Amino acid sequence: MARYGMVIDTKLCIGCADCVVACKTENKVPEGLNRDWVVEATQGTYPNLETEFRSERCNHCSNATCVTMCPTGASHHWKGTNIVLVDPNKCTGCKACISACPYDARLIMHPEGYIDKCTFCHHRVEKGMDPACVSACPTKCMHFGLLDDPNSEVSQLLRTRKHKVLAPETGNDPNVYYLI
Amino acid sequence: MLEEILITARSNPHIDPVLEVWNWQISVYLFFGGLTAGIMFFSALMQVLNKDREAPFAANGLALLGPIVLSLGMTTLFLDLSHKLFVWRFYTTFQPTSPMSYGAWILVLFYPVSVLQILSTLRKGYPMVVSYTERVPLLPQLLNLMETYRRPIAWMALPIAVGLGVYTGILLSAFSARPFWNTGLLGPLFLVSGLSTGAALTALIARQHSERQLFTRIDIGLIVAEMLVVALMLINLSTGARPQLEAAEKLLGGSYTMVFWGAFVAVGLLIPLLLETFELRGLMRSAAVLAPVLVLAGGYALRVIAVDLGQETTWINYESEFNPQLLERLR
Repeated sequence: MARYGMVIDTKLCIGCADCVVACKTENKVPEGLNRDWVVEATQGTYPNLETEFRSERCNHCSNATCVTMCPTGASHHWKGTNIVLVDPNKCTGCKACISACPYDARLIMHPEGYIDKCTFCHHRVEKGMDPACVSACPTKCMHFGLLDDPNSEVSQLLRTRKHKVLAPETGNDPNVYYLI
Repeated sequence: MLEEILITARSNPHIDPVLEVWNWQISVYLFFGGLTAGIMFFSALMQVLNKDREAPFAANGLALLGPIVLSLGMTTLFLDLSHKLFVWRFYTTFQPTSPMSYGAWILVLFYPVSVLQILSTLRKGYPMVVSYTERVPLLPQLLNLMETYRRPIAWMALPIAVGLGVYTGILLSAFSARPFWNTGLLGPLFLVSGLSTGAALTALIARQHSERQLFTRIDIGLIVAEMLVVALMLINLSTGARPQLEAAEKLLGGSYTMVFWGAFVAVGLLIPLLLETFELRGLMRSAAVLAPVLVLAGGYALRVIAVDLGQETTWINYESEFNPQLLERLR
């Protein structure tokens, strides 16, 4: 399985939400819905507080429970990669994938009734481009690439920087990393 | 202290602030699915054991209710689908890792076996139809044939009944993302509850006193079994990891305490257990109608609690709206 990953540097992220806007523009995300979002996490006790910004989205898990729970095969791994897509022509709108996502709300409902979500902009990845959110980031805190390739930017960052993923205890093997 | 706040609007409907993608349609379906499993199980069991004399209604009349009740449940299930035109997609594939896919195919297996079961008992269970069936060409011969194979058909129906009853629970328990559901005990719990509602419905409708008593006795056993499974589930949750503990908290002092202990445990299990015990002793005969009705209500309450509470339990929580209390906690 070719494994694509996103590496986001929380030390550089300023929470400007350009990634959110870029995604909505690129993917024509219906009004009122979002495929990515920014979380502000504050830790400590005043005056010793530490704040981190995280741009979050579908983790495109290697062990994606939304894929295993889908009764029709609509939720699937794209071309043998870890990129999780939903095929609207197979989706019945049963919402099992929404319940199956331990990260909550990685999937949104398209007004037409099928389930929609972050695609890692696979239509751009196919052409060798970065996802829209990554290319729009003004602080260049977001990186995208092949985790299998030891020379890729993402692999080098993960080798040299301290990092984490969200809730690894779910066992889903998420592929969005945060440098801390 | 750790506070995580969404600073861009996510507000995805049915997902924020808590997951609420499944509502009454799913609870009703799970309830009717369990009830249908009970109906098919007890009608087939009485047919296999040739209990026509002891349980005339269960052996010959009950099976007819199966497809009616299940169709009601499948209607609400269909109402829940948000991409309805693609419902046929369930049947162009089989997904071995998805319990919902197994369920879709069990539902398809149910109908033909149920029809055979009904045909094999129709004339005995509903003698008033005989004058009509005799007039339809070939139908009497078909009914004769089915009646000869009543027991083999019933043997086929038993595993389908158990499969249907247990799948409704496994369906939810396979969601590792929902700590309240993610226990293997949910399958047995839904199966026992489904059988119990089936026995209660039979006790409610049967005319023969001895048959009512038989199913009251069966129901007592099932209620006791259900209580044991519920106790195991509570032990399991309250000795689990953090996500399970948070789920247990909702039942033991949190927002679901009243409905769980009141509507389900007291009204749905304890009170009918007492009433049914009294009834067998010949006390409080007037409760003969009330007890099964309470069992059915309790069965529905269980499905509502499971569906609603399960969706609220999660691995990740954000404060998605401005909450002044958070400022207090920073001081």
